[in-house]
Amino acid sequence: MRRPSAFGVGLTVLALFCVAALLGPAIAPYGLHEQVGGVFQPPSWSHPLGTDDAGRDVLSLCIGGARVSMVVAVAASFVAIAIGASIGVIAGYSGGLVDGVLMRITDYFLVVPALPLMIVISTVWGPSLWHVVLVIGALLWTPSARVLRAEVLTVRERSYVLRVRAMGASRTRIIVHHVLPQVRALIAANCVLTISVAIFFESALAFLGLESADTVSWGTMIADAFRRAAASSGAWWAFVPPGICIAIVVLACNLVGSAVEDRAGTRLRAPRLSRTGFAVADRTAGEDA
Amino acid sequence: MPTGVPYVARRLLGAAATILLAVTLNFLLFRLAPGDASDLTHVPGASPALRHALRHEFGLDQSLWHQYLAYLGQLAHGNLGVSFANRLPVADNLWTAIGQTCIIALPGLLLAVVIAVATGLLSVWRHGTAVDHASRGTALVLYALPAQWVAIVLISLTSGWLPTAGASDPFAVEQSGLAHALDVAHHALLPAVCYALVAYGQFMIVVRASLLQSLSEDYILTARAKGLSSWQVVRRHALRTALLPVTTLFGLTLGSLVAGIVLIEAAFSWPGIGLAIANAVGARDYPMLQGAFLVVTVVVVLTNLAVDLLYRALDPRVRVSRRA
Repeated sequence: MRRPSAFGVGLTVLALFCVAALLGPAIAPYGLHEQVGGVFQPPSWSHPLGTDDAGRDVLSLCIGGARVSMVVAVAASFVAIAIGASIGVIAGYSGGLVDGVLMRITDYFLVVPALPLMIVISTVWGPSLWHVVLVIGALLWTPSARVLRAEVLTVRERSYVLRVRAMGASRTRIIVHHVLPQVRALIAANCVLTISVAIFFESALAFLGLESADTVSWGTMIADAFRRAAASSGAWWAFVPPGICIAIVVLACNLVGSAVEDRAGTRLRAPRLSRTGFAVADRTAGEDA
Repeated sequence: MPTGVPYVARRLLGAAATILLAVTLNFLLFRLAPGDASDLTHVPGASPALRHALRHEFGLDQSLWHQYLAYLGQLAHGNLGVSFANRLPVADNLWTAIGQTCIIALPGLLLAVVIAVATGLLSVWRHGTAVDHASRGTALVLYALPAQWVAIVLISLTSGWLPTAGASDPFAVEQSGLAHALDVAHHALLPAVCYALVAYGQFMIVVRASLLQSLSEDYILTARAKGLSSWQVVRRHALRTALLPVTTLFGLTLGSLVAGIVLIEAAFSWPGIGLAIANAVGARDYPMLQGAFLVVTVVVVLTNLAVDLLYRALDPRVRVSRRA
C-alpha cells in the first residue's frame, strides 16, 4: 500500500476540523452554555471528556470552540496574506524607492515583538473577536511580504514577463495576469502557515483575557481551566483536549504548508545522508527535510 | 544604499529609527484611543471645571504635536510615567521586573539551545532512522503546543512537590542571602524548564536543517578527503557553520520568545516583565503597558543588532562579500 503523503494527511485533518467548525453546535452532543453535570466531573460514558468548571461538557466545548478558533485563525490569516501579498508583490515588481520604503516598513514590523503590540492594541480597542482578527492579521504579514517579494523579483525578469511588457501591457495587467499566477502556490502555502501562527495568538490573547468573556474557543477553554485551577484540582480533561486540538491544527497546517512550498520548489533541498553516520550517501538526490 | 557609510553605523542608525518608530506608535496608539485620562479617572460627579483642570494638568489640552514632543522629552529623562496600579514610577517597576525575567529566561534559553544542538546532532547522525524521526517529531509537537498550555500541564504534573507560583516563599521572612537564593532558584525551576521546552522546538528544527545543509558543502568533502574522522568533520567544520544561521534565527525568533515569556510568567505568576504586561492588561494600567511595550521593543531591537554584528564577526564570508 502506498504511504499517505504528508500533504494528504495534513489536508484531511484540516478538512475534518473545518467541518467541525462549520457544523459546530449542530454536531456537539450538548449545548455550549448548558450545565449538564457537576463541576470538573472526570470522563465518563455520557461525557467522554468530562465536564469543566461550570459543569459544561468538554467534548461539546471542543467541537463548538473549533468554530471561533478556526474562523479567527483563518480570517486573521486572510487579512495577513492580503496585506503581505500586496506589499510583497508591489515591492518586488516596482523595485527602486517603493521597494526600499516598503521593505524598511517590513523590517520594522518583523522586529517589533508581535504579542506585546497585539496586547497593547487590543487593550486600547477593548475585547472583541473582530479586533482579535484584525490585530493578529495586521501583525503577521511580514514573512509572506518578504517571501513574495523575493519570488516576484525573479518572476519579473523571466522572458515571458519581459515579452508582455514589450508588447505594452500595463503594470496592473502584468501583475494580475502574469505575476500572480506564478506565485499562487506560494501565497497558498503562506496562508496555511499563517493560520498555524494565528491560532497560537488567538489562544494567547484569550489567555490574557482579551477576548470577550462569553466566547467559547480553544483559547478561552485553556484560560478558563487555568483561572479555575483545573491543574491543581487534577482536572486534566478540562485543559488537555483544547491544547491537543491546537497542536493538531498547527501540525496539519505545517505539513500542508511545507508540502505546497516543496511542490513550488522554493525551499532549499537538504542532501541525503547515509543512515548510520554523517556521511553523504547521494549528493544529488533531494530529500524532504 | 551609500556604500561609503560603514555597515555598523548604518545598522546603528536603522536600530535607532526602529526604536523611534516604536516610540511614535506607542504614543499614537494611546492618544488615539477613545477618551482620555480625564475620563479614565472616573471621578464621580466631576464638574466640567475639574475635568478641564485635569486635562490642563496632563497637558491634554495642547496640540498632539506638543504632547508628542513632551513625551519624547520625558522619555529622554528616563521617565516612563507613574503606574496606575501601585503608584510607583513605571521605570522602577520595569527595572525590577527585567531582572526577574532574566532569572528564568536566560537559563531556560541556554537549556533549550544546549538540548537543541545535542538532539540536532543526534538526529543528523542517525539521519532517516527511528531516532531521527522521534527527536524531530518531539521538536515539532513541542513547537505546536501553546506556551500557556505547556505551563498548565507542568503545573498539574508537579503540583505538590515544586512551587508553581511566585518567585519566592511569601511566608519565609528574614532569610539569609543563601537561603533566599535557593528559595528563588527552587521557584524558578519550573518556569525556566517550561520556557526551555517552549523554545526548544524551533531551535532543534533549525539546528537539524542547518547541519544537513552545511554537511553538503564542498569544504566538508575536502575535510573528509584530508582523512578526518566523521566526528572531527562535524565538530570542526559542519557544526561551526551550522550554528551561524542559528544566531540569526535567535534574533528573528526573539519576538515569539517574548510571547512565550509573557504567557509563561502569567501562568506561573513570575513577577517579571511578562507578568507586568499581563497584570497591566487586567488593571487597564496604561502607563505600565506603554512602558513595558517600549522596553520589550528596545530589548528586542538591541538584541537583533547585537546578533547581526556578532554574525559579521563570526562569519568572514559576509564581510568579504560586502566589501566586494
